[in-house]
Amino acid sequence: MQPRLEQPRPRRRLRLTLASREALWAYAFLLIPLAFYLVLRIYPAIQSLWLSLFSWHVDPAQREFQGLGYYRDLLTDSKLHRALLNTLLYTLIIVPVQLILGLVIAQLLNAVTVLRGLFRAIYFAPYVTPAVAVAWVWGWMYSVNFGVFNNMLIEWSIFWEERGITWLTIDPQPFLSSPDQALVSVAVVVIWQQLGFQVIIFLAGLQGIPSMFYEAAKIDGAGGWALFRHITLPLLRPVIAFLVIISTIYALQLFDQVVNINFTDQGGPVSSTLTIALYMYQEAFFSFRFGYAAAVTVLLFVIILVITLIQLRFFSRRLEY
Amino acid sequence: MTVTTQTRTEVGAAWNRPRRFRTQPLVIVAYLLLGAGIVIMMFPILWMVLSAFKDAREIFGFNFWPKTWTLENFREVLFDTDFPRWFLNSLIVAVATTTSVLFFCSLVGYTLTRLRFPGRNIVFVLILSTLMIPTEMLVIPWFVMSSEFGWINTYWGIAFPGLIPAFGVFLMRQFFETLPRDLFDAARVDGMNEFGLFWYIGLPLVRPALAALGIFAFIGNWNAFLWPLIISKSAEMRTVPVGVALFSGEAGTAWNLIMATNAMAIIPVLIVFFIFQKQIIEGVVLTGTKG
Repeated sequence: MQPRLEQPRPRRRLRLTLASREALWAYAFLLIPLAFYLVLRIYPAIQSLWLSLFSWHVDPAQREFQGLGYYRDLLTDSKLHRALLNTLLYTLIIVPVQLILGLVIAQLLNAVTVLRGLFRAIYFAPYVTPAVAVAWVWGWMYSVNFGVFNNMLIEWSIFWEERGITWLTIDPQPFLSSPDQALVSVAVVVIWQQLGFQVIIFLAGLQGIPSMFYEAAKIDGAGGWALFRHITLPLLRPVIAFLVIISTIYALQLFDQVVNINFTDQGGPVSSTLTIALYMYQEAFFSFRFGYAAAVTVLLFVIILVITLIQLRFFSRRLEY
Repeated sequence: MTVTTQTRTEVGAAWNRPRRFRTQPLVIVAYLLLGAGIVIMMFPILWMVLSAFKDAREIFGFNFWPKTWTLENFREVLFDTDFPRWFLNSLIVAVATTTSVLFFCSLVGYTLTRLRFPGRNIVFVLILSTLMIPTEMLVIPWFVMSSEFGWINTYWGIAFPGLIPAFGVFLMRQFFETLPRDLFDAARVDGMNEFGLFWYIGLPLVRPALAALGIFAFIGNWNAFLWPLIISKSAEMRTVPVGVALFSGEAGTAWNLIMATNAMAIIPVLIVFFIFQKQIIEGVVLTGTKG
């Protein structure tokens, strides 16, 4: 009796709602991921915003609503302003240099044939190395007294001094211990590490350009620079847009390298390498000012959002021609 | 079907095709510039690896090659520190998250392209928008949430933020979009259910993308620093990057030990990278051409 009763059911469901059956499967597939995004991404983001409106206390019952109080503090916090300026400087150095170097190296890698695979792997290797390990090795190489860079400078200077050409000598540099050089020194490390990612993406983009475009232009008498200017660059524009947006977001959130490269005073001498992300981390987990740290991260989010929207608009406008 | 597979093999062939060694002056310049670049790219990594073989006295010297090669540093790190435990922790977290990333990102990517349902675009935009939220903004609520639920100092606590990255969903969506719908309709008529379609037909066709996503997920989670640093409280629950970073307090400036730790930390990532190198590039090439 029972099997008879059960059998017509699935058949009826199949016939009645083929489309809604598909929708049901879709919702079933999305159930866990959507819960993940809502609970662990969207909700915490809103919570962070909410937290920044209350004076911080470990006990939630004792938190008092104070509106934009922390945001008012942001305006007068000179250390934050320093971090903000540094972060923008990092972004302005890292993004263009990475982009240009990445494109040049990708072009060079495309020009060579022998050992191409090995070259590719070597340029990608720093990207694979943990940021922590990278920061330590570089921090050590930058070291004033024990660093390999200063050792090279000393040997270079001795070499020229012995030959009486003193104007070629270079004094040892303070690198990370000088407020003037620290930020650039850290930026060099970030560029060195992230370059491989840019190269791989550019190589992929260059592979996607049909060779007949170049052949046609060559027949018309176009030279190397003209080919690059009028074919490679315009066709790479979506790839460039992707890389600019992704590496800007990355640079604005810079943390790993900065926190690890200085062993004693994180953020460098006179906060010269401090970034917004590092400042937020220090405020939250060393000073335990969670509410204020939340306000700092909301500020960072707004900055990223505005810059990304401007970039998206810029690139989509440039694409329509 | 034929169209997509054709472009795929063409791209792969162009990439891997051995070409004649051209001796134009420009090519020689390219080799010289690339060679100089390689010195800069490899010097810090080689310096790190070679220093790991130097003894404590030689470590402050400036010679590139160790005068006397020693394995003492590795022995000390392996037997006298918690490094093996950190290594195991990192491995557990990276393998678990990578598995989750591969399954869920491809499932969501498949659902967003192959299934029609109300609210599809809203779901996609919702997931994409999470890409813009900085990790720093989420870290405090995650920490509060973790202390409420007792996730601090647990594997779940370390791993949960990386389980379904929006980047992966976006990548997989782009790949499933390249597959023809007819193929799935044929199998659907044959009575295969939607999960079977995803598992037996969709997944095998996007294997290069899965390899690329797998390697990026593994690198990302193996190297993850900020969140594991916050959530791991005891020395036994640290991951390799956290353990190495906090090594300074425990080992002082024992550079030889630190470098040995770093050298060992990159081994699994390098193995994963070399195994999947071809697939990564093929994967990225395909997304690149899709634009």
